[in-house]
Amino acid sequence: MNINKNLLPLINPLSKDNPVIVQVLGICSALAVTAKLEPAVVMTISVTAVLALANVIISLLRNTIPTSIRIIVQLVVVAALVVIVDQVLKAYTYDVSKALSVFIGLIITNCIIMGRLEAFAMSNRPWPAFLDGIGNGLGYGIILIIVAFFRELLGSGTLFGFQVVPQWCYEHGYQNNGMMILPPMALITVACIIWVHRSHNKDLQE
Amino acid sequence: MKGLKKKIDSVKPQFEKGGKYEKLHSVFDGFYTFLFTPNETSRSGVHIHDANDSKRTMIMVVIALLPCCLFGMWNVGLQHALATGDPNHGVFSLFFYGFFATLPQILTAYIVGLGIEFVVAQIRGHEIQEGFLVSGILIPMICPVDTPCWMLAIAVAFSVIFAKEVFGGTGYNFLNVALVTRAFLFFAYPSQMSGDHVFVSLGGQEAIDAFSGATPLGQLASSSGPAQILGVNGTPLTFNDMFFGFYPGSWGETSTFCILLGLALLLVTGIASWRIVLSGALGGFFMALVANHFATPLYPVTYLTPWEQLSLGGFAFAIVFMATDPVTACRTTVGKYIYGFLIGAIAIIIRCYNTGYPEGAMLAVLLMNCFAALIDYCVVNANINRRLKRVAAKN
Repeated sequence: MNINKNLLPLINPLSKDNPVIVQVLGICSALAVTAKLEPAVVMTISVTAVLALANVIISLLRNTIPTSIRIIVQLVVVAALVVIVDQVLKAYTYDVSKALSVFIGLIITNCIIMGRLEAFAMSNRPWPAFLDGIGNGLGYGIILIIVAFFRELLGSGTLFGFQVVPQWCYEHGYQNNGMMILPPMALITVACIIWVHRSHNKDLQE
Repeated sequence: MKGLKKKIDSVKPQFEKGGKYEKLHSVFDGFYTFLFTPNETSRSGVHIHDANDSKRTMIMVVIALLPCCLFGMWNVGLQHALATGDPNHGVFSLFFYGFFATLPQILTAYIVGLGIEFVVAQIRGHEIQEGFLVSGILIPMICPVDTPCWMLAIAVAFSVIFAKEVFGGTGYNFLNVALVTRAFLFFAYPSQMSGDHVFVSLGGQEAIDAFSGATPLGQLASSSGPAQILGVNGTPLTFNDMFFGFYPGSWGETSTFCILLGLALLLVTGIASWRIVLSGALGGFFMALVANHFATPLYPVTYLTPWEQLSLGGFAFAIVFMATDPVTACRTTVGKYIYGFLIGAIAIIIRCYNTGYPEGAMLAVLLMNCFAALIDYCVVNANINRRLKRVAAKN
């Protein structure tokens, strides 16, 4: 496969260098917002937007930021973006914003964002940094959505709030699996994804 | 028996390396060693092979479970007869009612669990391991009699894969497989695992007016003071009923008497550690005494006397058959005392002071399973330090 080298920052994080299942970052929010698909999708969009913009801004500033206070500068940029995202969500999708509660605010502390700013944006030009932000945001989001898909389907019998498991199943004794709603099953679902992913990518196995 | 062995030996080469059914070697080996003690001996070194391999250990545990199992089946029938007002109390009709009510669950547990073990053994090229022989009978025994088979199948699959096979199979699991199954059912399908209508099999018949299907501990947890414990047909339960197990509950674990019979066999054959059983019972007794001393209407289970605490619910079963599981328990002698005592004490604490969980034995054993390795580590290190000091003092 011949992929344009410039697109690598966008493509790598989707699988080979995935922030959640390879670097194991951002697990906290992956557990907290994946009981339903809708918050997971909103979270994906929010993190992608924040990460892409923060990467671009830090990349533009990278030569003027004094090394000794770079973390503070990064935090200020991320915090400002997160507040904007939070306000937008509150204005347009109030219910989802309620459901996500503190987790939008906690995007500030998401290790993926700080990690990408430190590791990539501080030493690359804005365009690759932008691609890297989009790639990592989506790589994070794919896992979130896969986890949320299984948790909502098995735990609530719905997808995006629509009934998927037919009514006659319930009449014949089927029950939703309450454990899927609880955080432990999010960990186990992530573990299963890692399992499948590693068995397809032998080079990642330790 | 001789004829059978000859017959099996004649087809054996087909399953050896290079034979027609080479791929099925582990399946064949599993059945072969199940029927006959292997006569393989080591060819070098100083290893001693005992005839008492893990397969025979497991079979002893299954035999020790038989009294509980048979009594439990009969008790299912008895509770059914009491709940429906059926005057027919013949021993065999009660037993067969219970037998046919519990058979589907036992079959489900074995088929799903052994199926997964066989498949995993084939994939890995291992021999079939026998850990599931015991788990397969334990699992239905610690579940309510009305647990639907599909739920049981999902729970068994979950626990065999995630509590056992991912860690390397039999002997490598750090959590008790049967209890993981029950914990999964408990958290995934709470409405099927607690309450007052799942512990008595009605078999589609109408219950009598005075019927109450709650377990003794369930009744107490939802009462508001020192309440009298009632049987399914509304008559009060005596201590004898509690000790011999004539009350509704997860069907294998109600009779403390039958559990003690099983315990005797396990202790005589040296399979269960008496240290764990003793310290577990002491821990439970001590904690029940403390709870009883500070009994309050806020936590009505605390009004039970220590003897009742030890006889009711799954406590005795968990101490005898779950806590003594040699794979998940502590290995060191001192560790075993600590491990057993904490299981007993924590089980009673959960039972008394968490009204959301009427029974705490399952959670106590699982919790201490997680700490078993840590306890061993501390005990071993303490011993090393003690001996280092002794050496230092001598020099």
